[in-house]
Amino acid sequence: MATAYAAAVQELIDCLGRLPGVGPKSAQRIAYHLLKVDATEANRLARAITEVKDKVGFCTACFNIAEGELCMVCADTRRDAHVLCVVEEPRDVVAIERTREFKGRYHVLQGAIDHLQGVGPDQLRVRELVRRVGTDEVTEVILCTNPNLEGEATALYLSRLLGDVPGLTVSRIASGLPVGGDLEYADELTLGRALEGRRVVESENKEH
Amino acid sequence: MSLYRDVAIVLRTHKFGEADRVVVLLTRQRGKVRAVAKGVRRTGSKFGSRLEPGSHVQVQLHEGRGELDLVTQAETIEPHHRTRQDLQRLARAAALLEAVEQFAQDREPTPRVFDMLAGGLRTIEERDPAMITAAFYLKLLAREGVAPQLDGCIDCGGTGTPLSWAVEAGGVRCGGCGGGRAVSDAALSVARAVLNGGLNAVLDLPEDATTHEVEALAVSALEAHVERRMRALRVASAG
Repeated sequence: MATAYAAAVQELIDCLGRLPGVGPKSAQRIAYHLLKVDATEANRLARAITEVKDKVGFCTACFNIAEGELCMVCADTRRDAHVLCVVEEPRDVVAIERTREFKGRYHVLQGAIDHLQGVGPDQLRVRELVRRVGTDEVTEVILCTNPNLEGEATALYLSRLLGDVPGLTVSRIASGLPVGGDLEYADELTLGRALEGRRVVESENKEH
Repeated sequence: MSLYRDVAIVLRTHKFGEADRVVVLLTRQRGKVRAVAKGVRRTGSKFGSRLEPGSHVQVQLHEGRGELDLVTQAETIEPHHRTRQDLQRLARAAALLEAVEQFAQDREPTPRVFDMLAGGLRTIEERDPAMITAAFYLKLLAREGVAPQLDGCIDCGGTGTPLSWAVEAGGVRCGGCGGGRAVSDAALSVARAVLNGGLNAVLDLPEDATTHEVEALAVSALEAHVERRMRALRVASAG
């Protein structure tokens, strides 16, 4: 099929159109924008893309995104090596880091068990996790997979797998009500879990 | 473009856009329907855990112009608490959902299959019998009119032993005709019982070599019919 564009422009539009969330119309708009901006700006983008593909890979210890051998968390000696937080994807590491509550290290599984898609433990970084738990000075594993069906299945599998390791505490992140929401909109499962995992309120007036 | 209500079971979901999901529903009145659940991946979503694979829900949907409807409300009918907490149950529930998704046609009502699936998921939740997947697959094939022929040779009708399992032919072959996979008499009689009204007794059978054999037989019959490998059970055996 003959196109209205020069071959190079068409190629650019096709490449842009393959990006997530970019449709054919947006791809066209971005392509025109790139044609209009000066060469330095466009080259900067091109360089950024090649550089990230050259330099960035996966951390050899935790499989988070890393520039070099180890990711920023694994390279940081101040982090507590006794606690491992197991997550599905590198972006979950970012989400947890934003809380500034967690001082331990991570293990990224790079997916979750999904029966309907045929994804089993073999396709995840489970073997590596078991090896880390066996050799490193890990004393606690926090299962921080998504609170959906696939994440729960993964957590169930890992808790069974790691449950018998002597001297290891395995915990699952709590699920409950989102802060800032209304009770009446909570679904049964979440509300049920929130009740199940309730906490005793520490009264300030109570005499110690 | 209108609103409608129906009961549905979520067969499968996949991520869609920033925080949405496409849910593939088996509705009781309208057959298989694909719908968008907006914002369902956000932690504060009003849908919460109601639209995950296997969820049995009352839904309100908005019929759009395109292929995808829009989920506007969802309420749980049967919570499957135990299933969510048990890998074995999850795998078996997934096996049921996967098979039904292969059989159900877009917007073609199959209330009987819907009831069968709802019943199957309930049975898994309540007592998780070893034979549930095999029995469900055989029953599903029977409902479609393609149950494997197990009583006599598919070629000559004879019953000369040893009977063998010829999956591509859709049944057993007698010793004289030959040319199938070896199958035990015990497995054949269990499979026959499923198809001939003995379901409840079969579901009480404890897991053993025979139930595994029947399961393999039922899976191969289903796979031959849909011309596709079933994924859920493979994951289960890997776990």
